[in-house]
Amino acid sequence: MDYFVQQLINGLTLGSIYGLIAIGYTMVYGIIGMVNFAHGDVFMLAAFIALILFLLLMQVLGGLALGLALVIVLLLGMALTSLWGWVIERLAYRPLRGSFRLAPLISAIGMSIFLSNFVQLVQGPRNKTLEPILSNVLVFPVGEGSVTLAEKQLVIMVVTAALLGVLWYVVRYTSLGRAQRACEQDRKMASLLGVDVDRTVSLTFIIGAMLASVAGLLWMMYYGVVSFSDGFVPGVKAFTAAVLGGIGSLPGAVLGGLLIGLIETFWSAYFTIDYKDVAAFSILAIVLIFLPSGLLGRPDVEKV
Amino acid sequence: MRWLSDPLLAVDHLSMRFGGLVAINALSFTVGRGDITALIGPNGAGKTTVFNCITGFYKPTSGRIALAQGGTLERGAIEALTRSGKKRTQGVNPELFLLERMADHAIASEARVARTFQNIRLFPGMTVLENLIVAQHKTLMAASDYSLGGLLGLAKYRAAERKAIDLAKAWLEVVGLVARADDPAGDLPYGAQRRLEIARAMCTNPVLLCLDEPAAGLNNRESAELTQLLRGIRAQTGVSILLIEHDMSVVMDISDHVVVIEYGVKIADGTADEVKSDPKVIAAYLGVDDEEVAVAEAGSVAP
Repeated sequence: MDYFVQQLINGLTLGSIYGLIAIGYTMVYGIIGMVNFAHGDVFMLAAFIALILFLLLMQVLGGLALGLALVIVLLLGMALTSLWGWVIERLAYRPLRGSFRLAPLISAIGMSIFLSNFVQLVQGPRNKTLEPILSNVLVFPVGEGSVTLAEKQLVIMVVTAALLGVLWYVVRYTSLGRAQRACEQDRKMASLLGVDVDRTVSLTFIIGAMLASVAGLLWMMYYGVVSFSDGFVPGVKAFTAAVLGGIGSLPGAVLGGLLIGLIETFWSAYFTIDYKDVAAFSILAIVLIFLPSGLLGRPDVEKV
Repeated sequence: MRWLSDPLLAVDHLSMRFGGLVAINALSFTVGRGDITALIGPNGAGKTTVFNCITGFYKPTSGRIALAQGGTLERGAIEALTRSGKKRTQGVNPELFLLERMADHAIASEARVARTFQNIRLFPGMTVLENLIVAQHKTLMAASDYSLGGLLGLAKYRAAERKAIDLAKAWLEVVGLVARADDPAGDLPYGAQRRLEIARAMCTNPVLLCLDEPAAGLNNRESAELTQLLRGIRAQTGVSILLIEHDMSVVMDISDHVVVIEYGVKIADGTADEVKSDPKVIAAYLGVDDEEVAVAEAGSVAP
């Protein structure tokens, strides 16, 4: 029992991070129908930004104000990463909008390769590590045994939940959210009704990059290690999560992220860690056979 | 005869060719300020193509489409603007726009030409009220100086948002959908969706409302309600309405001015009564030989 609960906590932590990245995929897909393959690398870039900012701040502040440093890293990292997200959209995707469908996709793959190589060049190919932080654990008795919850796991879950709350509010109740939903459903009509579609798309990329930035910081904090190639696997997992939940659906992305995180963790815990990715992707394949539009996706009904 | 004395829109020698196909050929007509103008013609006559040219979906092959805001369209002013090479005048009254030079979203937001399509294009997943508020996005943004605060609806900008909601509710009352305000637009019955589209178009505060077959798929009672609605909207806002319609009872009932086109060429232009008895129109609709038209024309001239 205690083992199970422990894995549940670990799975939810990992799933939160996947969920945050998955939202970036799903929002961009929703609004312009394109898979932003560079999003995983934006996440990796964000982890590096977080690492650099954190090390700098610890130099300046001295190890005294860890909480303050983390908050500054979070905000500054979000600002810098969203700038990247905005520039990527402007340079690599917007000029190709209205071109044939595959053009922005290829451009995204190119951007992904560019970002990982750029980081490899400027940061070097070796893993970058960070001293463990927030590693104190809370111990709860469960059944006969006990379960540990690390402070950083708690932080990850709380930050994720808070961000999702904010995002939900923005999408549901603000002008920006309404414009996004309108563009998602009928971009042409939205533009005819006075919605600035380009601006809305830019803001969507910025929001996606912000969430990826938080995910990058949390990843850095949780694992304490990052390398230039770390955008790929978490990126693909998060994309899988978005597809599993139903691409285009925000709650779907979160649900998908949590499920992928849980599947991976439980598979590693009860079977063999070597096959955890196989398990995650197999579940995806099985779900898509029976629910082609994902768990929470709206099926495309074609009227004839 | 406001289309002659006080025009709002002037289409001049408009031609649209797709490769070798001439969809519209040197078409000219005007739309009177505050009039309900119907554009009719047999299937494939080029009615929707005219709409697409007016609203910027197509760039016309040649010709001019001028629109005046806030006053009568003057020939001299159109010529001056055409020669200046600009898209629109700035800060004069009446404000002039050359629609063939403008992009579709600018025609919608600057020239204030709203349109609906033959197929319904609501945002089905958004609520009825939200559909109407999205249409006021630009107004809302302008009220908040296009700031992020406005986008996120911070407290300072709540007043603007409240005004948008009030306007939306007023239009819901006009189209009789207050009770459904919070339902997804896609759940409304067909006739109600048609009315909601018109309400949404009106929320953009247009000077010209272009409706592409608003009565398509409506039953007789709903069509009668639609004519009532359009009359009410015109009386309330003074908006000029240009509509394409196949339902002749609607056209004859509602229109101040009817323009008939066939094979992209105007064959008649006048009041509903004038057009109804025009032999060319009758021939176009009933399919008569050219000779019979000639005979009918001769007959209508002779006592």
